[in-house]
Amino acid sequence: MEQLLQQSTSLSTVMMFAAGAVVLLLIVLGFVTYAIYFERKVIGWMQLRVGPNRVGPLGLLQTVADVAKLLLKEDTRPKHADKALFALAPVLAYAPAFAVLAVIPFTDTLHFADLGVGILYYIALSGITVLGVITAGWASNNKYSLIGGLRSAAQMISYEVPLVMSVVGIILMTGSLNLKEIVYAQQDVWNIVPQFLGFIVFIIAAQAELNRTPFDLPEAESELVAGYHVEYSGFRFAMFMLAEYVYMFGMGALVTILFLGGWLPIHPALDFIPPVVWFILKFSLYVFFQFWLRATMPRLRADQLMSFAWKGLLPLALVNIMLTAIFISYQSGMM
Amino acid sequence: MQMRTEPTALSTTISPDTGIRTEEMLLNVGPQHPSTHGVFRLIVKIDGETITEANPVIGYLHRGTEKLAEDLNYTQIIPYTDRLDYVSAMTNNYVLCHAVETMMGLEIPERAEFLRLIAMELNRIASHLVWWGTYLLDIGAMSPFLYAFRDREMILDLFNELCGARMTFNYMRIGGVKWDAPPGWIDKVKEFVQYMKKQLPSYHNLVTGNEIFINRLKGIGKFDAQTALDYSLSGVMLRCTGIRWDLRKDEPYCIYDRFDFDVPVATEGDCMARYLLRMAEIEQSLRILEQALEQFPSEGEIMGKVPRVIRPPVGETFVRIEAPRGEIGVYIASQGKDKPWRLKFRRPSFNNLQILPELLKGENIANMVAILGSIDIVLGEVDA
Repeated sequence: MEQLLQQSTSLSTVMMFAAGAVVLLLIVLGFVTYAIYFERKVIGWMQLRVGPNRVGPLGLLQTVADVAKLLLKEDTRPKHADKALFALAPVLAYAPAFAVLAVIPFTDTLHFADLGVGILYYIALSGITVLGVITAGWASNNKYSLIGGLRSAAQMISYEVPLVMSVVGIILMTGSLNLKEIVYAQQDVWNIVPQFLGFIVFIIAAQAELNRTPFDLPEAESELVAGYHVEYSGFRFAMFMLAEYVYMFGMGALVTILFLGGWLPIHPALDFIPPVVWFILKFSLYVFFQFWLRATMPRLRADQLMSFAWKGLLPLALVNIMLTAIFISYQSGMM
Repeated sequence: MQMRTEPTALSTTISPDTGIRTEEMLLNVGPQHPSTHGVFRLIVKIDGETITEANPVIGYLHRGTEKLAEDLNYTQIIPYTDRLDYVSAMTNNYVLCHAVETMMGLEIPERAEFLRLIAMELNRIASHLVWWGTYLLDIGAMSPFLYAFRDREMILDLFNELCGARMTFNYMRIGGVKWDAPPGWIDKVKEFVQYMKKQLPSYHNLVTGNEIFINRLKGIGKFDAQTALDYSLSGVMLRCTGIRWDLRKDEPYCIYDRFDFDVPVATEGDCMARYLLRMAEIEQSLRILEQALEQFPSEGEIMGKVPRVIRPPVGETFVRIEAPRGEIGVYIASQGKDKPWRLKFRRPSFNNLQILPELLKGENIANMVAILGSIDIVLGEVDA
C-alpha cells in the first residue's frame, strides 16, 4: 500500500485501490456477520440459553439467513415520511462508518491511508453518523423516532467530547496524531498502563458513542420501541445495523491501537506469533467485553447520561490531561 | 370525577428570548408497546421528554368475567378466575372458593388447607419472579429476565405435577382442592425452597447493588401514605409508604395464623422501596413454605363435605385476601340459587393502576416505564 500511494495515478493503481477497498469491505461484512452470531451465542450462554443453532452447522449461517430475509423484504416507507431524507439517512449513517476504517493500521504493513492526523480523521468522520441518525428520526415522521433521534444526537455529541479528551493524553505522550506512530510508541509499555485513567474514560465514552448498553438509550426498546429506526425495515434497516456493527469494528480497532499496543506482542519473546494475530486477539477481547456488558447492565436515563458525560467523564479526562502534561514536563526536565 | 380519555388541548409557548415556538406533543404509548405488559394504552402529553399529562385507556382485554359469572355454577366460575391475574391464578382460585365457603359455612379439611397455602405461596414467589424479570427488562437489563424465568419454570413444573396445568390451574374447589399432592411432591417443594433460598442472594448481588439500577429507581414514583390510602392502594403499593397492612397477618384466612413470618414495610414510597419489598416478600414466602412443609399432614381428606349442588344461602358477602399484587376481593350476592345473582371482583391491579396519572405528571418518559413497572399490573386483572 505504501508504494501504491507514492506512485502516480494510473488505471492500475486505481483498480488496485478499488480491489483493496472491496477486500476490506468483505472482511468487515464477514466480521459483522460473525460478530452478530458471536454476540447472540455469548449472550445466550450468559443467559442460560443456547443461542442460534438451527441454520447451518452450529447455527453459523443464522446471520446470513437474517440478512437475506432483510434484503428480500419489501421496502416500506411511511406515507407521510420525507421521501428524500428517509432514503438518505441510512447511507449517511453507514458511509462514514466504513470510511473511518481507511486509517486503521492493522499491522505494520497492512493498512490503507497512513494519515498524519489519523486519529482526528477518525473522530471527525465518525461525527457525521449522528447526522444520519437525526435525519432518520426526523424523516420518519414518527414521534418515537423523533425522540430517539434527538436523544442520539444529544448523546453522541456529548460523549464525543470526553472521547477526544481522553485521547489527548496519548497524543501528548506520543507527540503524534498518526495511529502508526502511536503504536510504535508503545514498544516498551502499552498505553493502558500509563494512561489508565484515559483508558477508562475512553472505554465508557466509546460505549456511549456506539449506542450500546448501558448507553443504548436511542434504541431503548422498553421506552421508545426502537428509537430512530422504528419505521425502517428491510435493506434500509440493515444499513443502520451494519453501521452500528462496523463502528464496533472501528472502535475495537481504535482501542487496540491506542491502548493495547496494536499489533505488538505482549512480550518480545512472543514475537514469532504474527502481528495480525495479536491484533485480532486484542480486538476480539474488546468485542467480547461489549457483549459481556450487554448481558450485564441496565440502561441509564437520558438526563443521568448527560450529567454523567459533562460532570463525570469530562473532568476525569481533563485531570488525565493535566497529570500527563505534568509527568511529561517533569520527565523532560522542565520542572 | 369525570371520566376522560381525551387529553386536554395542547399548549404552545413562544420563548421570550429566542422567539422559537414550542408545542406539546401527544405520544400514544400502547396498546402494543413492549413496556405496557399487555394491552394497556397510555396517551401521554409530553413537553420535550417531560410528561405533562397522562391518560390511561383500559379495557382492551375486557371479557366481562363478572357478567359471565352470573350464568355459571359456582364451580364453573373457578376457571374464569384463573384468567384474571394469570400470573397468580392460585390466589384467585382461593378467593372465590373462600367467598362461597364463607357463605355456606363449610369446613375445609386440614390437608386441603395446607395444599392451598403451599400453592398460594409458591404462586406468590412465581408472580414476584415474573415481576422481577420483566421490571428489569423495562429498566434495560436483559439477563435477569431469563434467570427469573428459569426459577419460575421450576415452580410451574411443580404446579404441573400437582394439577396438570402451568398457568391456568383450576386447582381449588369449593370445600377443598381438586387433586391431592402426588407422592414425593412435598419433598420436591422442599428442595425448591432450599434452592430458591440460595438463588436470592445472588440476584441481589447481580442487580440490587448496581449503581445504574439504584439511580434509576431511588426517589422515582414517590407518594405518601395518605395518597396511597386515598387511592385505595394495597399490597406492596401500600406497604412501601410505611403502612403495615397484610391480610395474611391482619385478617388471617386459610391457615396463615399458624405460621411465623414478617410483613416487610418500607417508608420511602418510591420504586426502589417497592423493588426491595417484593424481593423481601419472596423471602417471607419461603419462610412460610418451610414451616408449612414441615407441618404438612401425612394423610387426610382433600375435599370437605360439600352438597352436590352448591347453593349459598340468600344474602351477600365480601371476602378479601392478600394476592401478590394487593388485596383481591370477591363480593357475592346470592338469591339462594346455584348461580350468583351478582358477583364482583375487587382487582388489586385495577385499583393500584389508578394512581398512575398522578405519578406520571412531570416525570421523564424513561421514568414512565420505571413507574408503570413498579405498580406491577396484570392486564387480565385490570380489564377483568
